[in-house]
Amino acid sequence: MSDRFFFHYEDTPVASATGETVLDSLVRSGVEVPSSCRAGACQSCLVRAREGSVPAQARKGLRSGQIQAGEFLACQCPAAPDLVLERAGRRPEVPALVAEVEPLRGDVLRVWVEPLEPLGWKAGQFIHLIRPDGLFRAYSISNTPESGRMELHVARLMGGAMSGWLACAVGEKVTLRGPLGECVYAPPSPETPLLLAGTGTGLSPLLGVLRDAMAQGHQGPIELLWGSPVSSRLYLLDELLELASSVPQLSVVVSALDNDAELAGLTETPLPDLFCTPDRPWRDLEVFLCGNAELVRTLKKKAYLAGATLARIHSDPFEAAQD
Amino acid sequence: MSGAGGRLPAEGTKPIMTASLYERLGGEAAVDAAVDIFYRKVLADDRISQFFDTVDMDAQRAKQKAFLTFAFGGPNQYGGRDMRTAHAKMSLTEAHFDAVMENLGATLTELNVPEELIGEAAAIALSVKDDVLNR
Repeated sequence: MSDRFFFHYEDTPVASATGETVLDSLVRSGVEVPSSCRAGACQSCLVRAREGSVPAQARKGLRSGQIQAGEFLACQCPAAPDLVLERAGRRPEVPALVAEVEPLRGDVLRVWVEPLEPLGWKAGQFIHLIRPDGLFRAYSISNTPESGRMELHVARLMGGAMSGWLACAVGEKVTLRGPLGECVYAPPSPETPLLLAGTGTGLSPLLGVLRDAMAQGHQGPIELLWGSPVSSRLYLLDELLELASSVPQLSVVVSALDNDAELAGLTETPLPDLFCTPDRPWRDLEVFLCGNAELVRTLKKKAYLAGATLARIHSDPFEAAQD
Repeated sequence: MSGAGGRLPAEGTKPIMTASLYERLGGEAAVDAAVDIFYRKVLADDRISQFFDTVDMDAQRAKQKAFLTFAFGGPNQYGGRDMRTAHAKMSLTEAHFDAVMENLGATLTELNVPEELIGEAAAIALSVKDDVLNR
């Protein structure tokens, strides 16, 4: 004896009954949702819940970014009338204001952006910042949401369309899409050892995770490894070293391949060598990797091969824009 | 009965002979234990690492989990057509397939799975050989 009801998918009612999975009902209604194994393993049937109850079983194996976005596996979720669903991958867009632009050393801008409509985020996630003409770039959020303004670190690139525009964009209206991303502080326990590693403005989300960890009273050791080919690009070096001296469980190692003897607290050891030390408790670590895409991918693989749990390696590789 | 390795069950328990391969291997927990061992092995195996060394490691791990679920006789509705389509553009050779089979066997050996069960899982994996090699 099963109850018949409707739930909603992309603003359309879908006929369903108790005992069915979301996937069963969608397929029967002719909705095109990809599926393959129907056993919660292949992740083809990802769907997003705007509202409604989704059991933990239907989120098994998903990354933090997907879970934060409300995504789940349709084949593992019992259909229910309170479900308001849409296709996976869609993200909200809100208008925002470029409130302040502060040049830092190393050709990096600290850009403060204020959403003009409510937009929840966690430090370490990223947003797509969309210019009025539609050009957009992804930037990580390096602060927690209390102030209502996002702190972005933007590298000024030679001929960079967005970074050049942002340098003079105070007062301009933009649109924000998101938030997205895997680099969010959500460890299994406050004692979990954290390893944060990145290059250049990859520091932004790492700093976000660090700030969130401290705000939430993280107890375990935190190690931050930050590298740059040239020391002149180490845009927040002094602030980082000061942070390290004031937070007992935080250890910061900054690496620059050029030998700038004038800057204290630097090493020339390349980042991968700092990262792959054999004495790390890889199985217990929560690892965060951000910055140069190739390096991030390499370090992710190294961490996994060394024994880290893949789902506990959070990486947001920075890919160069092609437009 | 002797050649099949079975024995009469104790009263009230599920008959050993009729438990599925998946159950006898240990179900989803066994797949979870095997996935990381298998994935790390193929990443380190120069004969085939290029097929597994992809940009999205999490997606690749999910594929391996689905494959092992299938090979363990688990609840997985992969058909031959899915296997064929998934591998069609990879120009796989017999040697590639054999290397994967070798790593599968080594994974199960490392987990102390009895020989007969390794054989049963291997047979399932072998059953899609022609589909995987697109022949």
